[in-house]
Amino acid sequence: MSEEITYREAAGAAIHDAMAADPRVFIMGEDVGHYGGTYAVTKGLLETFGPERVRDTPLSESGFTGAGIGAAMGGMRPIVEIMTVNFSLLALDQIVNNAATLRHMSGGQFNVPVVIRMATGAGRQLAAQHSHSLENWYAHVPGLRVLAPATVQDVYSMLAPALEDPDPVILFEHVMLYNRKGTLDRSAAVDLRSAAIRREGRDITLISYGGSLWKTLEAAALLAEDGIEAEVVDLRVLRPLDADTFLSSVRKTRRAVIVDEGWRTGSLAAEISAQIMEEVFWELDAPVGRVCSAEVPIPYPRHLEEAALPQVPAIIAAARAALGKQGEPA
Amino acid sequence: MTRDQLRHIFIEELMSIAPDIDLDGVPDTADLRDAVDLDSMDIMNLLIALHQRLGVDIPEADAIKLTTLGGAVAYLAERSSAT
Amino acid sequence: MPSLGADMDDGVLVEWDVKPGDRVSRGDIVAVVETQKGAIEIEIFESGTITRLLAAPGDTIAVGAPLAELDGPAATAGETEAAKAAPAPSAKAAAEPAAETLPERPAAPTIETPAVAATAREKTAPAVEAAPAAKAAPAGRVRASPAARQLAAERGIDLAGIQGTGPDGAVVRDDVAGGKAPQPAPGARPAAPTKTAETTGPARRGFDVDEMRKAIAAAMSRSKREIPHYYLSHTIDMRVASGWLDELNAQRPPEERVLIGMLLLKASALALTRFPEFNGRYENEAFAPAPAVHIGMAVAMRGGGLVAPALHDVDRLSLEELMAKARDLVARVRSGRLRSSEFTDAGITVTSLGERGVDTVFGVIYPPQVAIVGFGTVAMRALATENGVDAVPTVCATLAADHRVSDGRRGALFLREIDKLLQVPEAL
Repeated sequence: MSEEITYREAAGAAIHDAMAADPRVFIMGEDVGHYGGTYAVTKGLLETFGPERVRDTPLSESGFTGAGIGAAMGGMRPIVEIMTVNFSLLALDQIVNNAATLRHMSGGQFNVPVVIRMATGAGRQLAAQHSHSLENWYAHVPGLRVLAPATVQDVYSMLAPALEDPDPVILFEHVMLYNRKGTLDRSAAVDLRSAAIRREGRDITLISYGGSLWKTLEAAALLAEDGIEAEVVDLRVLRPLDADTFLSSVRKTRRAVIVDEGWRTGSLAAEISAQIMEEVFWELDAPVGRVCSAEVPIPYPRHLEEAALPQVPAIIAAARAALGKQGEPA
Repeated sequence: MTRDQLRHIFIEELMSIAPDIDLDGVPDTADLRDAVDLDSMDIMNLLIALHQRLGVDIPEADAIKLTTLGGAVAYLAERSSAT
Repeated sequence: MPSLGADMDDGVLVEWDVKPGDRVSRGDIVAVVETQKGAIEIEIFESGTITRLLAAPGDTIAVGAPLAELDGPAATAGETEAAKAAPAPSAKAAAEPAAETLPERPAAPTIETPAVAATAREKTAPAVEAAPAAKAAPAGRVRASPAARQLAAERGIDLAGIQGTGPDGAVVRDDVAGGKAPQPAPGARPAAPTKTAETTGPARRGFDVDEMRKAIAAAMSRSKREIPHYYLSHTIDMRVASGWLDELNAQRPPEERVLIGMLLLKASALALTRFPEFNGRYENEAFAPAPAVHIGMAVAMRGGGLVAPALHDVDRLSLEELMAKARDLVARVRSGRLRSSEFTDAGITVTSLGERGVDTVFGVIYPPQVAIVGFGTVAMRALATENGVDAVPTVCATLAADHRVSDGRRGALFLREIDKLLQVPEAL
């Protein structure tokens, strides 16, 4: 049975259903309880599950993330919410040095089945300390699984398998997705391994994830009006990358543009581009293109913020350039 | 046909077959195969050219007589007057 | 610019033998190019109409770079070729009377031309007037995508001749897949070359001895470095062959006589049909047998130097035909006018020392060939015969062959086969 709901509601429903299904699941983070979550994802959970399982924490990312890791090692299935990826840097030591390594350091004696959710991305005029896209920092680290659900279905359905995963999972929710509506089938299962083809096409592969996926799909629709059939790959899982899916798409179209809200230098887009060069170089008909954020702290004013982020016209221009077409569509 | 004419024709045909040789200073008695490195194909081509130009019959056995400039002129003079 | 040997990087255009507007058939000689091996007559790979000359005499052109544009046969490529050649010049052509630039066509074309072909030709003809220097520049690399390069390599297509539609005009895969590019066509039908009155300047002819030395050095060094040679030698009794030939020649005027070298060549060619492992090319760690018996005939240059241009289909020529072809070949070596196919087609070389050589020659294989047959001088020598030791004409036949491809036993049988064939000269 499917329903039309928002990404925010789907994320909240996923937590609700997980807590209802398994008493070991609890959530903690800043303002998740009484306030209902900074992005209102956890609204109503305190009333349903009580303060033991919906815990407001002090403003101490390192402290409560560490507590979540400890609880996971002790047999619980904690969900840790960090307000934005920018703040998660305070917990980087816990995540990278502890969560990601303990199974290895303990010779397999301890697992860390924690799920750490955090908001990411720009577009809400939250300025340079709340708007960055640092998914690639985590995607760099062995021992972590990194998810970027872009659809209502994924944000709901990825949580349960993430909690079942014996290793730490980082789950990114792009701030511009919360109000987006989509179709949800609560009984549908998804995997945490594969990328998804969100639109099929033969002329060029557009690779994206998270908040940029919808801009990419919009660009693909406009390109189609101009006779260019773009295939759109939604990465879904940022670590480990499902290279097979995007490589076989590029093998088919012989051209690729990667749309990534991270900064270009050292970006996920750079990694994907490198893998394309390594694996399908001889199939290419054009250099791999990248549409990334401008290399500046994300500005506060709306027009500057918009100018700094990947936008539909830039995606279209990059796709056209890869096809040897200059300028605006006819 | 005078000997001078025959000599002129012989040299002309030889130079046409082997334009890369230099006959300057080659004595009339020198074996051209050694002096200017003519091979059997060159000699054969020369026989053919002379046969066609002068109409003289040159049996294969006589080819050896055409390997010096002097010998060739003498032979050709003899053969052309005979016909 | 075709590659006339593994070591060739470029060639200097000496003269054009065609002009824009000329119709050419596959195998026609269209230009003369100076290489390390001397002036080579370039045969065209495809039939069509010359629309543009892209190089001028004196230009150095890299192997693979285009020399001229050809309007292909209308039935297959007319439309695309016309579209390619048409764009910019068409406006200009409309402004200027076509008569000014259209070259005169031969009054009586010998080739039947379908109406479509004529249309295509007229469409593209205006492009003739432009002789752009930009496109003729041979130095730059062709901008082509990896996928295009891959496909071009698979199909043996030259990227330089393809109009690109990719980023910055790069050649992409579809351009290669759709484009018809010139390819070497073995077995090209020779046709009378189209001579024009306006060939420019005095043509440089003949061989540059220093350059030839370099080419020989490169080829022979590679041969001795890469090819594991083995050598066999066999003395052949030439009483029957010599006697038969003397008798034959005695009855013939000079132009119909046959040199003994032709018997040796023909016997080698017939033996090769039964021993194909000595005729072909060894490339990329594999042997490819030659599809026909084309024999490189080693011809020494006076004063040093050597070339071994191919005599085609030697196994199928009568001795008289072979003699005529060999005479023509030697004459053209002497005047420095060889054809491109003669440099690329041979699958084996035969070297014959002639009447004033020595007893035995041990050859060095000309890569990528896999064998060389050598004949010493035919001369009277002591030979044990049925009568005891006699003075009889003999020739020492040798084989140097590539041990990666063949072994001594087969090599021995091959030399013996030549011997056997020479004992029945009337069958040659």
